[in-house]
Amino acid sequence: MKQSYKIRKGLDLCLEGEATHVLDIPPMRSEVALKPSDFCGVVPRVLVKEGDSVLAGTPLFSDKATGAVKFVSPVSGVVRQVRRGERRRVLGIHVQPDARQTFKEFSVEGWERFSAEEMKQLLLDSGLFALLRQRPYDVVPNPADKPKAIFVSAFSKMPLSADFNYVVEGQEEDFKNGLRALACIAKLYLGISPEQVNTAILPVKEADVRIFDGPNPSGNVGVQINHIDPVNKGETVWTMAPEDVIFIGRLLRTGRVNMTRRIALAGAEVKEPRYMEVPLGSKLSDIVNGQLCEATHLQRIINGNPLVGRQSTQEDFLDAHATEVCVIPDGGDVDEAFGWIMPRFNQFSTSRSYFSWLQPKRAYNLDCRIKGGERHMIMSAEYERVFPMDIYPSYLIKAIITGDIDRQEALGIYEVAPEDFAVAEFICSSKLELQRIVREGLDTLRKENA
Amino acid sequence: MLKKIFDTLRPTFTEGKLSAFRSVFDGFETFALVPNTTSKSGVSIHDSIDSKRIMSMVVIALMPALLVGMYNIGYQNALAAGALATTSCWSMFLFGLAVMLPKIIVSYLVGLGIEFVVAQWKHEEIQEGYLVTGMLIPMIVPVGTPLWMLAVAVAFSVIFAKEIFGGTGMNIFNPALIARAFLFFAYPTTMSGDAVWVAKDQFLGLGHQLPDTFTCATPLGEAGAGMEITTDMASMFTGLMPGSIGETSVIAIAVGAFILLWAGIASWRTMVSVFVGGALMAMLFNSTGCASNPAVAQIPWFEHLMLGGFCFGAVFMATDPVTSCRTEKGKYIYGFLIGVLAIAIRVLNPGYPEGMMLAILFMNMFAPLIDYFYVSNNINRRAKRAKQQ
Repeated sequence: MKQSYKIRKGLDLCLEGEATHVLDIPPMRSEVALKPSDFCGVVPRVLVKEGDSVLAGTPLFSDKATGAVKFVSPVSGVVRQVRRGERRRVLGIHVQPDARQTFKEFSVEGWERFSAEEMKQLLLDSGLFALLRQRPYDVVPNPADKPKAIFVSAFSKMPLSADFNYVVEGQEEDFKNGLRALACIAKLYLGISPEQVNTAILPVKEADVRIFDGPNPSGNVGVQINHIDPVNKGETVWTMAPEDVIFIGRLLRTGRVNMTRRIALAGAEVKEPRYMEVPLGSKLSDIVNGQLCEATHLQRIINGNPLVGRQSTQEDFLDAHATEVCVIPDGGDVDEAFGWIMPRFNQFSTSRSYFSWLQPKRAYNLDCRIKGGERHMIMSAEYERVFPMDIYPSYLIKAIITGDIDRQEALGIYEVAPEDFAVAEFICSSKLELQRIVREGLDTLRKENA
Repeated sequence: MLKKIFDTLRPTFTEGKLSAFRSVFDGFETFALVPNTTSKSGVSIHDSIDSKRIMSMVVIALMPALLVGMYNIGYQNALAAGALATTSCWSMFLFGLAVMLPKIIVSYLVGLGIEFVVAQWKHEEIQEGYLVTGMLIPMIVPVGTPLWMLAVAVAFSVIFAKEIFGGTGMNIFNPALIARAFLFFAYPTTMSGDAVWVAKDQFLGLGHQLPDTFTCATPLGEAGAGMEITTDMASMFTGLMPGSIGETSVIAIAVGAFILLWAGIASWRTMVSVFVGGALMAMLFNSTGCASNPAVAQIPWFEHLMLGGFCFGAVFMATDPVTSCRTEKGKYIYGFLIGVLAIAIRVLNPGYPEGMMLAILFMNMFAPLIDYFYVSNNINRRAKRAKQQ
């Protein structure tokens, strides 16, 4: 019997434009780009020049701090541009893909008998190590660290997020082999939802499987860590998204790095929301071209889901950790009068001063307006309602705002990542930017502790 | 249409001659139109709740108590003049409205005026907190309070109880209660005693002129003086008894409480624990009695909860999210102690027969301490866990 956890706090949000289980493989037309900004905590050292030919799996840049962590090209082709911004900061390395993809070969013979060091080396060489994330700080881990455990959550309850059960369909063996590889390195925990108990992603005897039942953010790996084995000061754990675990499995099966991901194209502004198979770093115009509803109002493309994703344009590239691209109304051109008193039947709120509690199953079409001014924290215990961790989120946020590092440590900042605050940020009546605050807090703390 | 007006006015207020009133302009614009700024970082979508909506809900919840309070002003006036039979309900209400309206207007003018100035000075948006405070203050003072006193009290509380701490959300004490406490300590004769509970002057031909010497005690005042309470249970429920304007009607306050709890704005934890604490303490005094103040100690516990400002304080004051405990468990203790202290002050303090205001202010001061214990508990648990590893 697997240990299961019932999570009560949180909020499941139902939005219009959930992706249907239909797969589309759009042709690769434009450049593909890898952006150092997708990998928190990394200072890039560029390893290629414009005009170089690269294979899928050739390193494009590495981390200056360690040199060991490499970030490899998701496709084979020619390096078109090393795009730089202010003070020559590297914004992205653009590769024009070849018509026929060629791959760098890695030796994976007898991987089942690899030691932890050998497995780690293989992941470093193939660039898949870069997709791991470390807590504390939610950054790319240092390979010299010895993690207490590795955590993988096999589901996400974020609104409009890709359904991993569909993403993994036909790739279950790769997923399981990926898990086995991670289990070589450290103790591995796999968090699943109750619906996944009897699916083909199990059994994996190398992983300690735990069941999490509850609303969003129960699928967040941070919440699961907090319930299974919380991070203490001085400890590190690593996490990996389940989509990236499949990459490891593919590498072990074929000896090649194939970073093609099945992502959801979802949202109220998408004509036929469905899944797309695209390489990591694809240009968003390749994904959304011809897919959007005709509209006279503004639309917003989000790299990721509406709670943790990033505002983007068609000229942008798919984030390394994005598992969906969502397009929803922007709302910047909407005028609504007297919002403080109108019934506003089409608005969603967790407060019963609106009427959305009458239709708990209704899918809403929400736009990106903040719908209020930023205030001090007024309501009490508001975040606590949707924050299923043994932490006082509002006190932690205040400690971060005031820059009190000792108190941040005492209140558990090492256990959290910005995404854990996404639901709290959504319901916040004072409209504080919690994810930004947490990210800045983690960055400052990392600098202080370095 | 509205948008056009604001669009044409905007340049005058942002760069033009009137840029000193920019915060005021922003305030009115966001009041009329939902701001259409979109999120740039973090979550792309937001819950529709904001502090304007929250404060509006509280003001709506206050309306029943306010309307009954207005009616009661006229009712008490007619009762005192002995003209209850000849005065129509409608004219009693109109008289109450005429007495109350200037108080509300003064409260908002002075309070919001200071808020506007501070917002402009700090280059911030105007905060909505005063919409509630400004309605509360006229409701928790006796009807006989002169307007100039109200204005001084409002100015004192907004500046010294709120703005110097950083505005709504940062204050330690409930500003409305600070205004009342200020009046209570600065002008004790007009805030208590027997002369202030009934409006005595005619207003625009409404109401009845009463002699200046007319007095009428509140039920708690009667008990405090060792007399029998002359108010019956029905009047306590409906609110037709002397008292501060908004606090008398249990039914109207119950409607407000329902609105607040239903909308999820007030915490049921605080509210329920205030009543539990008050009831237990009153029962204790019922059984033990009190030598110095026997009449108040012997008021049955359920009447204790219905008299004075107990209900109003429990529903609208104790539940203020800013000044109450911010941890859910702390709210039980916080509310319970408010109830206990309010009754204890009523009974044990012979000088003044009401204890709710002081009890809440006192617990406002201790709320951070209660939170401190719960948060420390969490911190210690984490530290212990780290040590075990």
